[in-house]
Amino acid sequence: MTVTRSGSATVTLPTDEQILITREFDAPRELVYEAFTTPDLVKRWWHANRGEMTIAEIDLRVGGKWRYVMVTDDGFEVGFHGEYREIVPNERIVSTEVYEGLPEGVSQEDGATVNTATFTEADGRTTLTILVQTTSKASRDAIIDSGMETGLQDALDLLEQAALSLR
Amino acid sequence: MARAATTADAFNAVAEPRRRQILDVLAGGERPVNDLVRVVGLAQPQVSKHLRVLREVGAVDVRGDGRQRLYRLNGHALKPIHDWVKNYERSWSDRFDQLDVVLEELKQKEEGDDSDA
Repeated sequence: MTVTRSGSATVTLPTDEQILITREFDAPRELVYEAFTTPDLVKRWWHANRGEMTIAEIDLRVGGKWRYVMVTDDGFEVGFHGEYREIVPNERIVSTEVYEGLPEGVSQEDGATVNTATFTEADGRTTLTILVQTTSKASRDAIIDSGMETGLQDALDLLEQAALSLR
Repeated sequence: MARAATTADAFNAVAEPRRRQILDVLAGGERPVNDLVRVVGLAQPQVSKHLRVLREVGAVDVRGDGRQRLYRLNGHALKPIHDWVKNYERSWSDRFDQLDVVLEELKQKEEGDDSDA
C-alpha cells in the first residue's frame, strides 16, 4: 500500500520550558483525531517503530486517565500516564503526562508536563501541533535526559545501518 | 551526570527565534555585526543584545579584527541541544509515519462506507 507521507515532524523550543511538535497529515481532522484517541489505533503508531505497545488505555473525558506502555525492542518497558484536562472533539485535547521512569528525587507533580494537542484542517489536510509545557526545569531536564539516552541508542542504530550499507 | 546551569541557559538562549536566526547565519561562517543586522532585520542595539545572551552561554565567540568585531558560532556549546532536538524530532517523525499508515486505512474505510450508503 502506498502511503502519502506528508512530511517530517518539526520540533522547536518556543521557550525554555516548552517543546512544540508540528506535523501535517493528508487526512481530514476527524480521522487524525480518531487515530489519536482510539486505543487500538494508538497501539499501531505510538511505538514509533521502537518496540511494541502493550497497553493503551484512554478514558476520554475531563478528569479521565490515560496510560501508554511499550516494550522496546531491547526489552525495556517504558510507560507514560496522565489525565485529561480539556477535550474539544476533533479540535483540542489538553492532558497531563508523566513519564513513569522519572529519575529519583523528581516528584510526579514536578515531572508532569501539560500537553496541548491541536488539530487544524485546511483543504482536507490536518496540521497537528503538540505543545509540551513542562512545569519545572526538573521535568524538562528529565525529558531531555531520557531523550539523550535514546539518542545514543539511535546513533548506534544509524551506525549499524551505515555499516550495513557499505557491505 | 549533573546538568550544568549553562546547559539550561543554552536552551533558553536558543528558545528565542531571532537568536536562532542569528545562529543560523553564523552557521555559515564568521560575520561582522553589520551583516547580522542586515540579515536579521533588527536594529543594531537589539542584535547586540541577542549576541550578548548568546555569548554568555558560550554559543558564539567574538574577536576583534581592526575596527570590526567578528562573531562566530561555537557549535560545541549547542551540540547537546541540537542532538536532543534532532533525536526527539526523529522519534516523532517515525511515530507519525506509522500514523500515516493508520490514516490511510481509515480514509479507505470511510470511502468504502460512503459507497455503501
